[in-house]
Amino acid sequence: MDIQAACSKAIRMENVVKTYGAGETAVHALKGVSLCVYPGEVVGLVGASGSGKTTLLQCLGAIIDPTSGLIELGGEVIYDNGWKKEDLRALRRDKIGFVFQAAYLIPFLDMLDNVAIMPMLAGKDNDKARARAMELLKVLEVDHRARAKPSELSGGEQQRVAIARALANNPPFILADEPTAPLDSHRSLLVIKLLIELAAQYQTAIIVVTHDDKILPHFKRIYRLRDGIAYEEEGMGRPFDE
Amino acid sequence: MINLASKEIAHGWVRYVLTGIGLGLLIGVTMIMTGLVRGMMEDALSLARGTYADLWVVQDNTMGPYAETSTLYDDVARSIAGLPGVEEASNVAYLTVQAKHAGKDVRAMVAGFEHGKPGQPPYLIAGRPITKSRYEAIADNKTGFKVGDKINIRRNEYTVVGLTSKMVSSGGDPVIFLAMQDAQEVQFQKDNTSIYNDRNRLAANPKINRPGNSGLLEAVTDMQQSNHKVNAVLVRIQDGHDPEIVAETIRRWKHFEVYTYKQMESILLVKVIANALRQLGMFMVILAVVSTAIIALLIYTMTLGKIKEIAVLKLIGAKNSTIAGMILQEACGLGLIGFLVGKITATILAPLFPKRVEFLVFDSFVIFFITVVICVFASLTGIRAALRVQPASAIGG
Repeated sequence: MDIQAACSKAIRMENVVKTYGAGETAVHALKGVSLCVYPGEVVGLVGASGSGKTTLLQCLGAIIDPTSGLIELGGEVIYDNGWKKEDLRALRRDKIGFVFQAAYLIPFLDMLDNVAIMPMLAGKDNDKARARAMELLKVLEVDHRARAKPSELSGGEQQRVAIARALANNPPFILADEPTAPLDSHRSLLVIKLLIELAAQYQTAIIVVTHDDKILPHFKRIYRLRDGIAYEEEGMGRPFDE
Repeated sequence: MINLASKEIAHGWVRYVLTGIGLGLLIGVTMIMTGLVRGMMEDALSLARGTYADLWVVQDNTMGPYAETSTLYDDVARSIAGLPGVEEASNVAYLTVQAKHAGKDVRAMVAGFEHGKPGQPPYLIAGRPITKSRYEAIADNKTGFKVGDKINIRRNEYTVVGLTSKMVSSGGDPVIFLAMQDAQEVQFQKDNTSIYNDRNRLAANPKINRPGNSGLLEAVTDMQQSNHKVNAVLVRIQDGHDPEIVAETIRRWKHFEVYTYKQMESILLVKVIANALRQLGMFMVILAVVSTAIIALLIYTMTLGKIKEIAVLKLIGAKNSTIAGMILQEACGLGLIGFLVGKITATILAPLFPKRVEFLVFDSFVIFFITVVICVFASLTGIRAALRVQPASAIGG
């Protein structure tokens, strides 16, 4: 894939600024962030607490509006210096998968429906949505718990189901906010390995916000947020068998 | 799309059903209130309706015989019976008494009637009609009397020969029907001590007990002890005659007050039981307001309990209508459970009330409709809270 073709399918931010409040009490969370994540790539986003990681993720996820700057998802402009695309809800549903610190599964739905709800919300009929959900649960090796409720699963299993949900509509982009925070070292590595494999398999562009030093060496590229500016760093891209 | 409301209800159905049952008890109380109001209206009209009369002739300037005291001489009926358009006229006497049976007092209304004329018991559910001229009674089954029971009313003993059903006074007291002569005695004949005292007082009055005019004292004494009075005359009109015209004739030529059935119905509902109805009506309004507040609070609390899930749903692209629909369906489900539990509770408890509790299908429909409206209204608080949830709150900061 050449650079231009890759950029047209990438996550791109150009000089994004996000300021909360105004005047003397204004908080400048992002002071001109630029970054790019290509399809099939998993990029780490690190930074101290309060450095703006979550704000950046919220701007990318079309959850909050940036104050200025440009955001493109797959070549489609969603924010451009005050202008924003209509129906961001549908954009979030169809093009972005979210994975959170906690799985945040819907407690009253079983695993299958927790995943199937994504294609259902997108208008797929229930049978097709469930078939797709079962397919993903098999990939993530939790299909044997398809009829279990979230409260009956371990944290690792729940997180895998959350990843399955994020993938259910085949989104080109996944935003993961500290997905390994509730997991032990072994399971954390398993989750990151899984995300890297899925990115390669489905050509998904994935951003993983993390504080976890144990998983950082496995990213090939890292953005470090400091004082509202994102600094790109070369990652070690360490294989998982080491 | 799966039904999120049914999934959530199924997930925590015990808590949901218990909440519905709690709500149902509240709705049950409201239903009983409604039944009491309806029962009170039915009670108020039952005696008047059971007479099958077209006109009530009562003492001038009174609203008798149910709303006010009215006294007429018992020969008035004969003079009215001869008027054009009158099919038949009969005397009736009404009096509230404490009837005694087996050492217990039963508050009841005595209704004196003339055989085969308006005012007699409309139907019997047991026993036979009164066939003897004296000392037989027909009682409403609410008195607890049985056929063959001997009951004491004032000075005399009566045998219960028949039973009626749902024949009560406007105050809800069961009716005991007696032959007119018995009823007149009950109402107007004094006890021996009173008669003795009255005679002595008259004899001691020099204006009445004048020397050489002994007939005056005797005449006044007889007049005082006369039982030939009734409370009203019931009139049935011949076919083809207008009750209003006959009533006007009686008013004009006989100088009595006359009421048609519609007017009597209005007196009973508007004058006699109006305050009680307003009282119960106020309770019902308060209960409806309290129910709305409680349902709103329940729905709001239920919504707050799943704010995180709602935020996640919004984040992954659920429409506001999907979330609002879920809350609305849960609220309506609570209302449905509440209504069913309320209906069952009210039906079980109704017979335990001393006054009649009457449930009409129409009233049930109205209460169901109001319950649904209240649930929809109450769910707005939860929906408002849910719609204010920002998708961003799903992501920790």
